[in-house]
Amino acid sequence: MSLGLIFMYSALALVVVVSGIGLITSRNAIYAALFLVLNFITVALLYIVLGAPFIALAQVTVYAGSIMVLFLFVIMLLGAEQLPIAEPLRGQRVLGILLAAAFLAEMVLFVLLRGAPTVAGQAVSPEFSTPTTIGMLLFERYLLPFEMTAGVLLAATVGAIFMTRQPRPDRKGALPAVPEEGKE
Amino acid sequence: MPMSYFIGLSVVMFAMGILGVLLRRNPLVVFMSLELMFNSANLLFVAFSAYHQVLDGQLFVFFVMTTAAAEVAVGLALIVAVFKAKRTIDLDQMSSLKG
Repeated sequence: MSLGLIFMYSALALVVVVSGIGLITSRNAIYAALFLVLNFITVALLYIVLGAPFIALAQVTVYAGSIMVLFLFVIMLLGAEQLPIAEPLRGQRVLGILLAAAFLAEMVLFVLLRGAPTVAGQAVSPEFSTPTTIGMLLFERYLLPFEMTAGVLLAATVGAIFMTRQPRPDRKGALPAVPEEGKE
Repeated sequence: MPMSYFIGLSVVMFAMGILGVLLRRNPLVVFMSLELMFNSANLLFVAFSAYHQVLDGQLFVFFVMTTAAAEVAVGLALIVAVFKAKRTIDLDQMSSLKG
């Protein structure tokens, strides 16, 4: 493998890890959201390297685009970019770090014992994952899951509207106030 | 590129997501950490899809993305509803169901 390739992969991994750390350590939720956008775009670059351009573009538009706009909108709506530092639960920080380290150790041990395949993406052909082939697969073999996904999205939309709507005013209270007679 | 590169990157991303969920008290940041974990699973899907030369992994990523979009919409609506009711979104304040 050429030196330039190694350099590119390490740079991408570095950006992914640093933006993730920025996400979980930044005090301001807006900064966290922007770090997450950086993370998503870098992972989209990795998708392109892996021969998945359609997924990469979907990642940029869906994740880095619409979902993060939704996040930023809610952050601004609630004014929740900086919460007051509250007293954490006793031992929560230590326990959280311990559990994450345990997960990391477990996965490393699993990969070491099981052995990972050494080569990824042996020269993916350009026709491997064009939008055409993905569309054919999506509308033939995965047609039923596709329709169910549409149902899930519709249900989520209705649920979101239902949960955030204004409570319907009382019938009597909704009547317009009758203007008093003889009042100048 | 060796497959262990993608597996390692995905595992590290997932661990960072776990840390964010466990340590942060801002529910919006907790949600973003969840997205980070989704993303690490997606990366592994695409990597193995390229390794096995099978397209189905990318389709799964597509479905995960749509489901995540639905989940974010409902979750943010829940956060807004909680904020309307309690005037705060600190996770530690949401203890009304505690015995």
